[in-house]
Order: sequence, then C-alpha cells, then structure tokens
Amino acid sequence: MEIQAKSTDRNLLLEFSGELDHHGAKNAIREIERAIDAALPRRLVLDFQGVSFMDSSGIALILRAQQQMQHLEGSMMVCHVPPQAKRVLDAAGISRLVDIR
Amino acid sequence: MKTKTNNYINLEFPSRSSNEAFARMAVACFAAQMDPTLNELEDIKTAVSEAVTNAIVHAYPSTLGKIQLRAKILEGNVLEVFIKDRGRGIADIDQARQPMFTTGGEERSGMGFTIMESFMDKLLVRSEPEKGTVVVLKKRIAARVKPQK
Repeated sequence: MEIQAKSTDRNLLLEFSGELDHHGAKNAIREIERAIDAALPRRLVLDFQGVSFMDSSGIALILRAQQQMQHLEGSMMVCHVPPQAKRVLDAAGISRLVDIR
Repeated sequence: MKTKTNNYINLEFPSRSSNEAFARMAVACFAAQMDPTLNELEDIKTAVSEAVTNAIVHAYPSTLGKIQLRAKILEGNVLEVFIKDRGRGIADIDQARQPMFTTGGEERSGMGFTIMESFMDKLLVRSEPEKGTVVVLKKRIAARVKPQK
C-alpha cells in the first residue's frame, strides 16, 4: 500500500495504490494521520483509483480519516473507487456515512 | 448421500499479517479451476481475507499461532473454505457477528462477518473460548453459458 500526498491551499489529496488489507492499513492509517496533521486541510480527498484490493480494513481507514476531518471541522470525500472496493463499502452500508463519488 | 469432494488443498501458516495476501491469493488460484467470473473470484478473495484477518487479529492478539486453511470443491461447483485457529476463541458469536461490533480497536471496523455473509452463500462460525475458532465459508459458482461456435 502506497500513499502519495498532494497538498495545495489547505486541500489535501491522498492517492492510494496497492492492496488495502489489515497488513497494509496499519501503516496507512498512521501515514494519513501524519499527512492530515501536517497539512491541516479544510478538504480531504481520498483517491482510490489505484486500490487493487480492499477488505473491511479499508472501511476502518476511511472512517478514521473522516473522524479526523470532523475534529478539524473540514470535509472529506472518497473518489475513483474500483468495483471490488465499492462492493465492500456497499455491503457495509458506508455510503450513508461517507461522501463517495 | 455423502457429498463428493472433487479437489482440495490444505495450508498451514503462522498468524503474520503478511500472510493475509498469500491466503486470499492461494484460495483464488485454487478456485480458478471452477471457472468463476471476476466478480465471484473477488468475492471469494474478500471473504477469505476477512476470515484470516480475524484469526490474526483476534485469535492470537499478542502471540504468533497456527492458522489452518482448507479449501474444497464440492459437487455442484461449490467452493468450501475452512479457516481454523487454536487461539483465544469467541465468547459470544452472535455479538461478534453484529455489524460494527469489534474488540479490535480503531484499526478494525467490525464489518468482517457482515462482508463474509454478503459475499458468500453460507457462513458458519464455531468457537470455544481458549480452544479456538472455525469459520466455514461456502459459495456456489454459477455455471456459465458457453458461447455457441
């Protein structure tokens, strides 16, 4: 799991690539935390285009990032979610809680 | 009548998180001979990943233990996957299967069993505290209509 961070004008874009399972999510959660703490964004975008596999570990990661953004009174969305990851999010009913495009 | 087992694999590996990817890939490679669609294969990978992750996170929270995985092809093109550990066990299975219930802290979502249930046809969980847990997943791979030549 790799994360590329791009920050401009208090917008933070995090681009994910690789497999998002429990093994990968452990470090990814910490990396996201550090990136948010450094950028203090108003708006966070998680770009999942490069996610080749995701299980429920990805749900924990998304909810954790959303929680952090709520503390900053900012907003968050997840975009370019591939079909397999989308089915995981749908099965868990996450689209009711998170802005997914 | 006893169900005929057409083919099977047995695997055993330590509860290292790096084995999550190995386990789901191994089952997907084995299931490929059943001629699944890409969606069916991804569903199987996802469910196996959830079951193996549960064993790694919950069965052996502070130690390395053994995880046994058995996959079988049953008559009627049904895939059956056993994931067995000899870890801590689950005190209350009904509670563990509730969506959003987790004892795994902020790294876990509590959606593992919900995803196994929705991606497979059948989910069975047997567990005894301090003895271990067995999860059985079953999925029938639908026969595909072969294109006419």
